[in-house]
Amino acid sequence: MIAFAIRRLLQALGVMLVVALISFMMFRFVGDPVNQLVGVDTSPAEREALRQALGLNDPVLLQFARFVIKAAQFDFGISYQFKQPVASLIASRLPATLELSFVSALFALAVGVPMGVYTGLYRNTWLARAFLTISLIGVSLPTFLIGILLIFVVSVNLGWLPSFGRGDVVDLGGGWTTGLLTKSGLQSLILPSITLGLFQMTLIMRLVRGEMMEVLRTDYIKFARARGLSRRAINFGHALKNTLVPVITITGLQLGSIIAFAVITETVFQWPGMGLLFLQAVQNVDIPIMAAYLLLIAFLFVIINFIVDLLYVAVDPRIRLGGAAS
Amino acid sequence: MTTPTLSVRNLRVEIPTRRGVLTAIDDLSFDIAPGEVLGMVGESGAGKSITGSAIIGLLEPPGRVAGGEIRLAGERIDNVSPDQMRRIRGRRIGMIFQDPLTSLNPLYRIGDQLVETILTHERLSQKAARTKAVKLLEEVGIPAAEARFSAYPHQFSGGMRQRVVIALALCADPELVIADEPTTALDVSVQAQIIALLKRLCADRGASVMLITHDMGVIAETADRVCVLYAGRLAEIGPVRAVVKHPQHPYTQGLMAAIPSLVGDPDATLAQIPGSMPRLGAIPAGCAFNPRCNFAFEACSAARPEVYDAGTSDASCFLHASEVAPSAPAETLRAADQAGIVLPVSAKETIA
Repeated sequence: MIAFAIRRLLQALGVMLVVALISFMMFRFVGDPVNQLVGVDTSPAEREALRQALGLNDPVLLQFARFVIKAAQFDFGISYQFKQPVASLIASRLPATLELSFVSALFALAVGVPMGVYTGLYRNTWLARAFLTISLIGVSLPTFLIGILLIFVVSVNLGWLPSFGRGDVVDLGGGWTTGLLTKSGLQSLILPSITLGLFQMTLIMRLVRGEMMEVLRTDYIKFARARGLSRRAINFGHALKNTLVPVITITGLQLGSIIAFAVITETVFQWPGMGLLFLQAVQNVDIPIMAAYLLLIAFLFVIINFIVDLLYVAVDPRIRLGGAAS
Repeated sequence: MTTPTLSVRNLRVEIPTRRGVLTAIDDLSFDIAPGEVLGMVGESGAGKSITGSAIIGLLEPPGRVAGGEIRLAGERIDNVSPDQMRRIRGRRIGMIFQDPLTSLNPLYRIGDQLVETILTHERLSQKAARTKAVKLLEEVGIPAAEARFSAYPHQFSGGMRQRVVIALALCADPELVIADEPTTALDVSVQAQIIALLKRLCADRGASVMLITHDMGVIAETADRVCVLYAGRLAEIGPVRAVVKHPQHPYTQGLMAAIPSLVGDPDATLAQIPGSMPRLGAIPAGCAFNPRCNFAFEACSAARPEVYDAGTSDASCFLHASEVAPSAPAETLRAADQAGIVLPVSAKETIA
C-alpha cells in the first residue's frame, strides 16, 4: 500500500516536471519578456542590463532549473501587468475558485448520484424519463448559455438571486476569504455552482444509471435476491457500491475540469477567481500568470488523480496490490 | 401420504416479445417429496432454469407465470405479494447458481455476505450470526474458516467459492434448495466433491433438492427421481434408476444413448438425435418431439400427448396411451417394443 502510494507520487513528480517544462517554454515562444516589461523609449543598454538582471542570458538548462526551484517555492515571478508577485495574486483568487468548484462538484454528486440510481432502477416511470430529458439539456447546452439564461430568469426577471460577484466574504486568516459564512455569499454561490455543475451532474447521472443497469443484471445481484435480502440492501448496498469505481474516476477527472473550466462561468458571473485572472492575463500576454496557472491546474489534476487512485483501493479489494489479508 | 415439499401443477411461463408471446414452460406438473432429490434434465433451452426461477419468483422480466399453481409445503406461493415472496426466498427456498465466480459480490467479504443473509432471516445478535457463519463455513469444508471469514471472493478458488455459495443458500435452513447447474462451471475433479457436499448437507437438514443439470452422470449419482424436459414440456418423470436404465420416452432413450461410455467399442459413432430442439416460437403441432422421433405416427402431429403411466415411470408419449397406441402402424409398434418401450396391453395385442 505504501509502496503503491510512493510509486504514484514519483509518477506525479514526473508529470509535474513535464508541465513545468511546457510552461517554462511559454516564456521563450511568446516573444521577448523584456519588451513586456519596459516602455518603448527604453534604451538598448537599459534593456541589456535588465536582461542580465533577470538571468535571461544564462544557459537554457540553468534557467529551467531556476524556474523549477522557484516554482517549488511558490515563486512564479512578477506579473507584467500588476507588477505584483504572481503567487500572492493567485493566492488571493484561489479561495473563490476552489469554493465555487467544490460546491459545484458537491451539487453534481448530491443530485446526480440519486437521480442516476433512480433512473437506473425505475427505467420506465415518467419521472425517470423526465430526468433523462432534462439531462439531455444539461449535456448539450454550453455552459455560458446556461449561465446567461439563469441570470436572465432568476436574477433579472424574478430578482431572487444576485447576478454577479461573490457577495460579502469573511477573511478566515492567511488570506483565505470565504463566502460560505454570509447570507449574500451563499446566495451568490447558487447560480454559478448550478451553471458550472450542471454538465457534470448530468454526466454523473447518466454514468450511474448505465452502471446500475449493468450491475443489476449480474449474477451476484440475482443471487442476493435469491437469498431474500431486502430491496434496499440490494440496490444501495450491493448494486451501488459496485458502480462506484467508474463513478469515482469520472468524478475525480471532472473535478479537475470543473476547476480548470471555471474560467467561463467566472467570466459570465464576474466571479473574482483564478479563471477571471487568467483571462485578463491572456488578454495582456501576462506570461508569468499564465505559466503559474498552468502549473497550478496541472498540480490540482495530479493531486486529484492521486486521491482517486487511493479511493479505488478503498472501494475495490481486488485492486489492492500484493493480495493483502490472508 | 405426506404433503410434498414442492408441488407444481400445470405451470405455464410466458415471455411476451415483440413478435408475440412465447411459451417457455407449457403445462408442467411435478412434485418433490420431503428430503427427495429431483433431477431436472434437458437440452439447453428446454426450460430447466426458467422452471427454477419461476418457483423462487425471480423470472427475468418480461417473463411471467401465466398459469398453474406452485405450492410450497401445501401453501400457494405463485400469487403472494413481492414482499412475502422475498421472505420465502432464502428462508424457505435456497438457490444455488451455475457460476460461483460471479455469484458472490466481489466487493464484500464473504463473512459479511453470510452475516448479512443470516441477519435478514433470523433475529440474532451480530456476534451470534458471526458464530453461525463460521460454523457454516466449516460445515461446507472451508479450511481455517475463522481466518478466511474476512477474505474476499477473489481470494478463493472456484470450488471454494461454490462452497461459500452453498453455505449462503443453506444459512437459513430452507426446506427446498434449487441448484441450477451447480457444478457446470467447475473443474471436473471438484464437481464430485461439490455434489457430494450438497447432497450430504441437504440430507442432514432434511431439505428437498431440485437439481438442474444436463449431466446425466450427476443425476444418476445424486437424484432419487428425474424429470426430463423437452421444449418446455414434460417428457418423462420417474425414479432415476428406471429412467436411466429403461427410458420410456423416445426422447429420453435418445438422451441416454447419447451418453459416451467407457466400455464397448471406442471407435463406434456416438448415437445422436437427428435435428435440434425447436425454438420457442416454432414448436410443432402435437407432440413437440414428433419431427425428430423414430416412432412418430399420425396421432403424434395431430394432438398433444398427456402424461401417461409407462410402467416404471410416467411419459408424455402416445405409445403409452392405451387408446391411441393401437392406431400406430404395426412395424412402428414392433420397433418401439424392441427398443424397450413398454407398450400398453391394447397395443401389444395389435402386434401379437
